[in-house]
Amino acid sequence: MKDRDEIAKRLAACGYIADSELATAVSLMQRLRRPLLLEGEAGVGKTEVAKALASIHATELIRLQCYEGLDQSSALYEWNYQRQLLAIQAHHGGDADAIEDKIFSEKYLLERPLLAAIRRAEPPVLLIDEIDRADDEFEAFLLELLSDFQVSIPELGTIKAVTIPHVVLTSNGTRELSDALRRRCLYHYVDFPDVDREARIIMARIDGASASLAVQIAQMVQSIRKEELRKVPGVAETLDWAAALVGLDIRDLHDDPEAVQETLMCLLKTQEDKVRMTRDVTARLLGKVA
Amino acid sequence: MSCCGTGAGYDEIDEVSRLVSRKLAGFLRTLRDNGFAVGFAEGRDAAALMASGYAQKPGLLRSAFKHLFSARKSDWEKFDGLFDAFWLNKRVRSRSLTMGTAKAANSPSMKSLQDKSAERGASQSATDQVPSPADAPEGSGGEGRMEGASRADNLAEVDFRRIADPEQLEQAHAAAARLAKAMRTRLTRRDLARRSGYRLDLRRTIHRNISHGGVPIALVKRQRKDKPLRLVVLLDASGSMSLYTGVFLRFIHGVLDEFREAEAFLFHTRLAYVSDAMKEKDAGRALDRLSLLAQGAGGGTKIGESLQTFNRWHAARVIHSRTCVMIVSDGYETGDAALLGREMAALARRCRRIVWLNPMMAWQGYAPEAKGIKAALPHVDLYAPANTLASLAALEPYLARL
Repeated sequence: MKDRDEIAKRLAACGYIADSELATAVSLMQRLRRPLLLEGEAGVGKTEVAKALASIHATELIRLQCYEGLDQSSALYEWNYQRQLLAIQAHHGGDADAIEDKIFSEKYLLERPLLAAIRRAEPPVLLIDEIDRADDEFEAFLLELLSDFQVSIPELGTIKAVTIPHVVLTSNGTRELSDALRRRCLYHYVDFPDVDREARIIMARIDGASASLAVQIAQMVQSIRKEELRKVPGVAETLDWAAALVGLDIRDLHDDPEAVQETLMCLLKTQEDKVRMTRDVTARLLGKVA
Repeated sequence: MSCCGTGAGYDEIDEVSRLVSRKLAGFLRTLRDNGFAVGFAEGRDAAALMASGYAQKPGLLRSAFKHLFSARKSDWEKFDGLFDAFWLNKRVRSRSLTMGTAKAANSPSMKSLQDKSAERGASQSATDQVPSPADAPEGSGGEGRMEGASRADNLAEVDFRRIADPEQLEQAHAAAARLAKAMRTRLTRRDLARRSGYRLDLRRTIHRNISHGGVPIALVKRQRKDKPLRLVVLLDASGSMSLYTGVFLRFIHGVLDEFREAEAFLFHTRLAYVSDAMKEKDAGRALDRLSLLAQGAGGGTKIGESLQTFNRWHAARVIHSRTCVMIVSDGYETGDAALLGREMAALARRCRRIVWLNPMMAWQGYAPEAKGIKAALPHVDLYAPANTLASLAALEPYLARL
């Protein structure tokens, strides 16, 4: 399929090394106009997909970070109450209808991400991050929005989408999502990249990382992930570590095991994990690295 | 591209349909049989995709269908195998069996659980309901034949393992289910009672003050919604617990049915997630489904390893800040007791409370001397016996305070 290879190429051009399946997902997203639901462990680069998508479409990225207690007024729209109150005071004694029309106009409407996303002339990328943190009620509301792409504001009337945004949802699996939402979306499970892909990611993102070092780093991280750690290092951590090693001017991991041990803090984020990765363990893992 | 693209796709469907649609329909059925939630819209999109060039390469079609039809990680993982088996006639390495396969249901391990549940379907023979001598320890006969008005009260105090009469056993099970239901309603009501606002809600404030000409006199506060208490039950289904598992399964069934948020796991030498299977309305059918999930019971108990699996793969999803983890086990660990201690510590950091129910605790002369229970106890918030209905009911006020 032509557009799939094209998408993979364009993703790579903006620094996101995608596997071929993700490229398929992106091309399907455009063809079927369905949102894309990305699941996977923390740190595998789910949010990056949306950023890369925005940059290949050369369009704006609108991000809605979900959290517990997120409601419509912070996700969709809110009236600017302070200004409305001021306006009421300022026009005190004027024609009531006129004041009402005035304070319920665009000028006093605060656009939040979801409303913003459907009112852009150019379809933006709408990233709904960590949807599993939001409440069930919000999920239901979102489902409605994603199928109709219209919003009704009682004081203004119904606002229809000017363009349909590219919607990307991400989830860490802290809560089970509803079947309805899952069915509505295309599903892609983002896994940790394999050695080859991770090495290419390092080379694309870190200036000065040679191919051989990138492969070594990727192999090392791969074997660290297999250890029993509480927080498995993600791709972002790998990049931090690579940047640290490049910054210390290390060309080969075997040259300086001491520096490797010391910079491991880029990868290990809890005390327990640090204790577990003793020098012996590091040496053993280093031994497996080519 | 997309709107005219799909338009053209639909025209082409007519040509292709005769050849492919039947095969595609067969594939959709296969997916549904394997637990995929595939609706009409997905089928239509799939047909459009096949008509628009995706079918030229099997790899591409597989990848496209995978995104379209999967809804969760488990779907994602088994999809390739199903696709290859159906379209390319390859044998699948790990075959995903359809639920309800007869062979698996005969697993002897879980059969013992079903026996004790006394919730048998008509298809099963009645002899299974008669408890074996092992189930009825000495001295059980008298209580079993009690009749009259006081019967229910009496039952509440009788140790589960001493209930021998299948009819009484059934009553005990029903009582456990009722208890779960009652606990739920009371817990929720108490939940609503305490609420106080902490943030100003401007929208409601203005609405409330329309009568004052918009001058905000009476303020409306916004309040954080209370999370309902979530109950996560980990039930030990090993051989040493076999006298109690039946009753607790019924209790869990009731809890899952009635609590707004509850999850259940079963463990022996490994951990199985059983919430979905237990959500079956009919208790007997639920236990049938369980037998598929819990194959291999009856050996030792690896509590530590099971907890490790739980902490690693399930805890993030099922535990939130208002979660009570209830472990029902006798604490006879055949694995590494130190590991159990470590995993209990990790679990304690995550959840609000850990309740450990040990049916053996009420036995005369029992002291927590097993290595496993010794390692676990420091991390347990409430260690209670749960060998009678009364002791189960006594838990309710404790849970309500959380």
